[in-house]
Amino acid sequence: MNALATLRTALSSIGANKLRAGLTLLGIVIGVAAVISLMAIGRGAQQAITSRIESLGTNLLFVRPGAVSEGGVFGGLGSASTLTLDDAYALLDPGFAPSVEAVAPELSSSGQIVAGRKNTFTQILGVTPEYQFVRNFPVGSGQFISAAHVRNRSEVAVLGSRVAETLFGFRDPVGQTVRISGRRFTVLGVLQSQGGSALGLFDDQVIVPITTAYYRLASQRTVQGGVAVQTVNVQVRSGDAMDSALQEIATVLRLRHRITGEDDFTVSSQQETIETLEETTNTFVVFLGAIASISLLVGGIGIMNIMLVSVTERTREIGIRKAMGARRRDILFQFVSEATLLSLGGGAAGLVLGLAVSRLLDDRSLGGQSFQTVFSGDIAILALVVSGGIGLFFGIYPAMRAARLHPIDALRYE
Amino acid sequence: MIELNEVTKVYQMGTVEVAALRGVSLSIDDGELVAIMGPSGSGKSTLMNVIGCLDVPTSGQYFLEGEEVGRLGDNRLAEIRNRKIGFVFQTYNLLPRLTALANVELPLLYGNGRHRRRRALQALERVGLADRVGHRPTELSGGEQQRVGVARALVKDPSLLLTDEPTGNLDSRSSEEIMAILQHLNREEGITVIIVTHDHDIAAHTRRIVSVLDGKVIGDERVKEPLQAAVASDARDEASG
Repeated sequence: MNALATLRTALSSIGANKLRAGLTLLGIVIGVAAVISLMAIGRGAQQAITSRIESLGTNLLFVRPGAVSEGGVFGGLGSASTLTLDDAYALLDPGFAPSVEAVAPELSSSGQIVAGRKNTFTQILGVTPEYQFVRNFPVGSGQFISAAHVRNRSEVAVLGSRVAETLFGFRDPVGQTVRISGRRFTVLGVLQSQGGSALGLFDDQVIVPITTAYYRLASQRTVQGGVAVQTVNVQVRSGDAMDSALQEIATVLRLRHRITGEDDFTVSSQQETIETLEETTNTFVVFLGAIASISLLVGGIGIMNIMLVSVTERTREIGIRKAMGARRRDILFQFVSEATLLSLGGGAAGLVLGLAVSRLLDDRSLGGQSFQTVFSGDIAILALVVSGGIGLFFGIYPAMRAARLHPIDALRYE
Repeated sequence: MIELNEVTKVYQMGTVEVAALRGVSLSIDDGELVAIMGPSGSGKSTLMNVIGCLDVPTSGQYFLEGEEVGRLGDNRLAEIRNRKIGFVFQTYNLLPRLTALANVELPLLYGNGRHRRRRALQALERVGLADRVGHRPTELSGGEQQRVGVARALVKDPSLLLTDEPTGNLDSRSSEEIMAILQHLNREEGITVIIVTHDHDIAAHTRRIVSVLDGKVIGDERVKEPLQAAVASDARDEASG
């Protein structure tokens, strides 16, 4: 029996019992739809996180103090040096570090911010003016801190959008005064909301000049008396220059810190952060898919069940076909293709349903989390291949039972 | 064309062995019209199954057109059934979901099946059902259903037509029609026709009657003046007119 005739026979057999076929399909439809929409949600979350990280600025390297100075423990192993503001500016030397475009050192602490009778406890980030460009934090209203503010250790602050909302409600905070650690700060501006779920914490911070953070707010000072920084965000000229920038930064810092042995700083790239996060979210996506696959398995068992019933009901038909010269193979193919078609049909319907569900969920907010769904062709192909495979796998046993029937017994079957 | 030599067939019914055929020797030539007669349980159905290559003998030899088929495997037997043998059943055994045409096309799905539609139409014309090709079995009378059954048996141009009580479920008029078609196929086209029956009147339409009892051939006689079924031409006129 040729392939086309086999397919037509299978289709007409399925068509002969539409309700039953439909109900059997339902298992696969739900399974595939679940896999597809959950994978789409997982991928969406993954993409949201990645793109948010990328939106913070591209071509970034992060220089942090090494283990020696971490946690504020100084002077270990005879090296008293830690990362300072001067180190950060030294990276701008075009002779030593031509690949570096800009640096944005930061020093964070946390504290109580008070405005009138309202207060909040939040992160206080000391930065330089470059920070807003390097880390892509645009100001929503008012201004960002200036170089003069850094020079003068001015007591000015830029509020994250959530902090502004908490302290001032709908009033415009620009020009108002807030108290941080008992000192009066003038509000220069408010940052644009970063929104989203993963990195919403950036809305919950207060930005001050790095010198102010160090001399007015921080509790500890470095041995040398320079302004200590926790992270230097380094913007590299281009994506191709990342490796050379890494070398240049290391050279400059080793020279400045007079390091011959182990480095007292680490340089990491944004790519590493993204990769780590992607690994985590991949696990998450696979986990979601695996849970949804259970319903596919159940659907497959449903197909097997209905195929077994069908073989029994059609014993006589099998006998007739065998008397007419159908070989075992012909009967086997007939039933296997019936199961596979059934399952594939369910897969296709599930694909459409899953697509609709993920479309429906896209950009919806559920339980305070905004969903983004990403649907890609590979999920669709995977779903179809898997559903076809399920039909094949669960169809083979019933088909073998059919193929093995003896023609006489089958013909006599009532 | 058919040569059975001391053929036995033993069935295992649980722990009991039942001998359905106890040494049957029989030869049927090309172009014969033979009735195999016997009461129920005589072994005539088993004999038909063996001749029709639906089953293989437990012992003895069976040659079909010179080829010993008694030792062949399932797939080879299926091929022989497909190429050489046409079956007509008492209960027609048509597939209820399929139209007359699709039922007749069935044997063409297996083995060489080119020009399926054209060949199936021709076979239906040969039994005078050219105007019923689109009907499903439930929309046809018993006689018409059996004619579809005969057309299906004919569609691969078999050398042997094996019919099991072909008129068992039919009224006398329809029986006459079927017998007329079988006689016509035998006489005009030289197809060997074997009719398994316990109806003496049907057997009287053949030219040779083989009697079977308790798994043995107990009689084999020529029919001197076979009855001629006469309705064939009427049926054909009706169908074509």
